[in-house]
Amino acid sequence: MRVLTHCLSFGKPRSLIGLWLGLTGLLTAIALLSLLYGAGDVGPARAWQALQNLGTAASYDSEARFVTAELRAPRLWIGLVVGAALGIAGALLQAVTRNPLAEPGLLGVSAGAAFAVTLAILWGADAATLRVSVAQLGALGGCLCVLAAARLQGIGNDPVRLILAGAILSGLLHSLSSLILLYDQYTADEIRFWVVGSLAGRQLDDLVPLFPSLAVAALLTVILARPLAALALGEHVAIGLGHHPRIVRLLVIVVVALLVGGATAAAGPIAFVGLVVPFAARALAGPDIRRTLWLCLPLGPIVVVSADIVSRLVVPPSELPLGVLTALIGAPVLIGVVRGRRLPTL
Amino acid sequence: MTQEAFISTSADHDSAPDIATQGLSLAYGNVSVIEELELRLPGGQVTAIVGPNGCGKSTLLSGMSRLLKPRAGTVLLDGADIQRLPSRQLAKRLALLPQQPHAPEALTVAELVRFGRHPHQSWLRQWSPEDKRGVDEALELTGLTTLAERPVDALSGGQRQRAWIAMAIAQQTSTLLLDEPTSALDLGHQVEVYELIRSLTTTGKTIVMVIHDLIGACRYADHLIAMHQGRILAEGPPHETVTTDLVRRLYGVDCTLMTDPATGAPLLTNVRRTRDALDGSAT
Repeated sequence: MRVLTHCLSFGKPRSLIGLWLGLTGLLTAIALLSLLYGAGDVGPARAWQALQNLGTAASYDSEARFVTAELRAPRLWIGLVVGAALGIAGALLQAVTRNPLAEPGLLGVSAGAAFAVTLAILWGADAATLRVSVAQLGALGGCLCVLAAARLQGIGNDPVRLILAGAILSGLLHSLSSLILLYDQYTADEIRFWVVGSLAGRQLDDLVPLFPSLAVAALLTVILARPLAALALGEHVAIGLGHHPRIVRLLVIVVVALLVGGATAAAGPIAFVGLVVPFAARALAGPDIRRTLWLCLPLGPIVVVSADIVSRLVVPPSELPLGVLTALIGAPVLIGVVRGRRLPTL
Repeated sequence: MTQEAFISTSADHDSAPDIATQGLSLAYGNVSVIEELELRLPGGQVTAIVGPNGCGKSTLLSGMSRLLKPRAGTVLLDGADIQRLPSRQLAKRLALLPQQPHAPEALTVAELVRFGRHPHQSWLRQWSPEDKRGVDEALELTGLTTLAERPVDALSGGQRQRAWIAMAIAQQTSTLLLDEPTSALDLGHQVEVYELIRSLTTTGKTIVMVIHDLIGACRYADHLIAMHQGRILAEGPPHETVTTDLVRRLYGVDCTLMTDPATGAPLLTNVRRTRDALDGSAT
């Protein structure tokens, strides 16, 4: 928090480093809160005690220790990874489609991942590693489908129609997934909670299979940021500057699929994070994708982890699935963006 | 300054690169626009490509800048086939400003001009003192130094176009291609951009621009290329090239041709539709 207050006193509001440090400070505070508060009867005071005694071998409050270290900590970590992945994926997808509404959840990318996982479980797969790659392939399929639709005459230039195409694809894939769940009890039990999007009941081990693909995605993002920023000036300008828009777009779509597929495999389809986070990042740092991406890194986890905290607290002792909550937050933002006098152009 | 003065200042730069096409054929899908075009543009001068709508002048510019891959033939930049040059090498030698480019909201002039340094950078070497010099020079040449921190979309039309040209200047190429740099501007802003383009030839650049405005082309270009239906009807210095016959064949209009007493450039007056334009004799 000291970092945050320090940064707020900076004179230049658009100083990227200041913003970044401030947001990271905020994220640290939220992360701490997510360890302290929960749906169970371990309150903040007991959790705080347990956290302080975490290093020592003996603990007098084993229940609090279990709840914080074994239940809350893993979902915090997953929330951090999923939030960052979805925020970055949203920013990339919006940049590559030059559409401020393009969001993995709305464009059918998450639905593609979820559908692929549902199919895989129906056909007997359940290894976590398999689930990640299956989800990523599904995400890639969803991405390519909707972008192919966007290439059809007229849709590509209209942000809202691209979203319509995505909504149709999402709806179709969701109903197909539901159909499978209706007919197959085993699959339904296996993924019922997963398919609405949630961080609950996840373990740290669920994260491990994500790391290789996330590392690849991170590396590609670093390489692609510059050409992608140039692409925001228009395809012809980017070519004039010596970039290869086609290759860049293709690679960005692969990165989006890796990120969204990975996040979906870990937490289920979570909508609107990829819309809200880049939107806030642009408002704070301006339109350059390189700045936006940096800010998405702390902003994504901030949104997901705070939403996760709220999801535990609104209907205790039960929990609201995270995907439901992000939709509740995100839908008004979407409506606000669409209703805005004019869409911000990217 | 007179037209002759322009030519003599720019003729000093013998080393400036020239652009040539050899048997160049360009097409969009199956629709052939230009066939077997042989062309040579003088280095170190301002060349204006003029012609009626749909005559293929923008297509030709796309071909010269590799936006459009030729169906046959080559474009040679100082003797080198541009299709064989790596993109980044080409971008260090040839800058392109497309028609009415659009800057993202809130992007500042300085941020836009910095993009011009991309061909000189890699993601390992993102920003160098040389880049800063290039950007500062470009801002100064275009008179935008004091506006550097302003958002591009808050500028006037002429200033905005100057900012885009500054980006192309920061690329530090010897050749600059401009697609209708003045077509969306009012008279004052047009002159602002034309004079900037003229002033760039003193830095030894070869400049090629596609423009609609024949009078502006006569006034500000050293070399004129008149295109009609994918072919070149005439080329050369404006005062030698532009004739009433050429204007009639290009645009289907009659006019009286005068010489501008102040600049020596050809001047079109009393422009009116040719009587028999409708029955196709304009072609």
